[in-house]
Amino acid sequence: MHRTLLLLVVGVSLAFGVDWFLGEFIEEYVVRIINLCGIAIILAVSLNVINGLCGQFSLGHAGFMAIGAYVSAYFTTTLRVLNTETGETVVRAPLFDGAWGFVPALLIGGMAAAAAGLVVGVPTLRLKGDYLAIATLGFGEIVIIMLTNFESVGAARGLPGLPNYASSFWILTFAWICVVSSVFLQRSTFGRALVAIRENELAAEVMGIRVARLKVMAFIYGAFFAGLAGGLLGHLLRTISPSTFGFMKSIEVVVMLVLGGLGSLTGAIVGAIVLTVLPEALRDVEQQAKLPGIRMVVYALVLILLMIFRPQGIFGQRELSLKLLRRLLPGGRK
Amino acid sequence: MTALLQTSGLTIQFGGLTAVDAFDCAIQPGDLYGIIGPNGAGKTTVFNMLTGVYLPTSGIASFGGTRINGRSPAQVSALGISRTFQNIRLFDELSVLENAMTGAHQHAKINLFDSLLRTPRHYREEKRQRDRAYELLQFMGLEERAGLPARQLPYGHRRKLEIARALATEPRLICLDEPAAGMNTGEKAELSALIRRIRDELKVTVLLIEHDMKLVMGICEKIQVLDYGKTIALGTPKEIQNNPKVVEAYLGGD
Repeated sequence: MHRTLLLLVVGVSLAFGVDWFLGEFIEEYVVRIINLCGIAIILAVSLNVINGLCGQFSLGHAGFMAIGAYVSAYFTTTLRVLNTETGETVVRAPLFDGAWGFVPALLIGGMAAAAAGLVVGVPTLRLKGDYLAIATLGFGEIVIIMLTNFESVGAARGLPGLPNYASSFWILTFAWICVVSSVFLQRSTFGRALVAIRENELAAEVMGIRVARLKVMAFIYGAFFAGLAGGLLGHLLRTISPSTFGFMKSIEVVVMLVLGGLGSLTGAIVGAIVLTVLPEALRDVEQQAKLPGIRMVVYALVLILLMIFRPQGIFGQRELSLKLLRRLLPGGRK
Repeated sequence: MTALLQTSGLTIQFGGLTAVDAFDCAIQPGDLYGIIGPNGAGKTTVFNMLTGVYLPTSGIASFGGTRINGRSPAQVSALGISRTFQNIRLFDELSVLENAMTGAHQHAKINLFDSLLRTPRHYREEKRQRDRAYELLQFMGLEERAGLPARQLPYGHRRKLEIARALATEPRLICLDEPAAGMNTGEKAELSALIRRIRDELKVTVLLIEHDMKLVMGICEKIQVLDYGKTIALGTPKEIQNNPKVVEAYLGGD
């Protein structure tokens, strides 16, 4: 308990310090990439709980993000609502105002996504592997289609004018909370039970692990943080539309996980950072080579080569820890 | 004395095939009970019906007075029946100690938030599980390998770890599915002693399926013989050895 509080204080102070440092000394473009990295870390680490630890292949992460983004935006943004009786557009002021209204809005978004996680988790319990992937993919598409048809949130045009609340401070704070709580989850009786389900579902069940309950728990946990990340991304981009949270977004997060090493939390973090920074870093290559578009070709090539030469991902299922570092350093203990 | 596990007419059919036909047994608390039979006799199928993996087509199984057929594996486990698997099913990526700890998971009285917030209850639970798992690893002689990933364990140790994990669920009845398969003579002798100690020291009733006749005859007090899903003999090792039907089932008759 004391440790948790201490870790929270450390995280918040760090985020505060970094936020200040970035604002003072670092150019805006780089700050933006760092912010996107933070959001990507939340996404990858939370999906790692579902796909990596519990072994339930989900392709619906963007759907949870969309719910988080739209629900939080609903509370923070000035909406133009069409009154169907009079045919007039009514301007509705934000329900929560100011930066401190942002956090409750985000949390509500996360909880809405978690509720969706419950709704998706229960009926898909009987599905495994490819079938589960298809079902979760379907869920993501349903969310997109519904949003595309809701006139009150701008339908396909999307929702503009989200306030500029997603500062580095909040992004880094939530990324920290997500990482720490996921470490705590992984190193607990629940984390072991999730891995047991992944490794051998029948044996887990026979050992008295309530498989259905834990799978749904993993979905709810992952969806909650995906919702938070969606809310943060929305308030960073400041305009959201259904297409922001399309199928490709889910794939992107899965690729981050696979790149880092499915099941490894540090792998998820590294994968998230690499896949966010790489396309930007390749912009320079593109300019020097004077080959427009080569950026995405290189990006794809890097992925293909990595999967050929290291199919288990950068980290495999290992974690980067002080112990491992010590072993890898020259003269370290074996 | 009432039986700990009692079945009557337990039958399962797969399509047209009757894998187990009217399996009756009564296992008393403290028994060391063996089920033997040639390959394909339906021994493992009986275990699968007793542990909720298969749903019997008909018949009744009750454990400590509670009906168990129709319950899920996790529910059966909570009632106090645990088992090992013929084809070992360990959690390969978890360590040896963690494997044993997963057996103790079902008795955890904490919720997810205890672990996410690291409340004192979380630490108490971790300690309880670790201590119990370590005790059982010691009991099985695996404590020196506690930190190793389970996939790196040699074969004989993998079987023992499955037993330790099953014991961590604190069962009243443990079903061992061919625990000696693939072991050499020395390992088998050691295992026989361990199985006896499970019954005598841990006070867990043992139900054993085994191919190795010597081992079964040496440690079981009651033996039931299955052939083509039917019980063909029931008795003490001595009675079984001299039963002509058993000899015929094993050696083939005309």
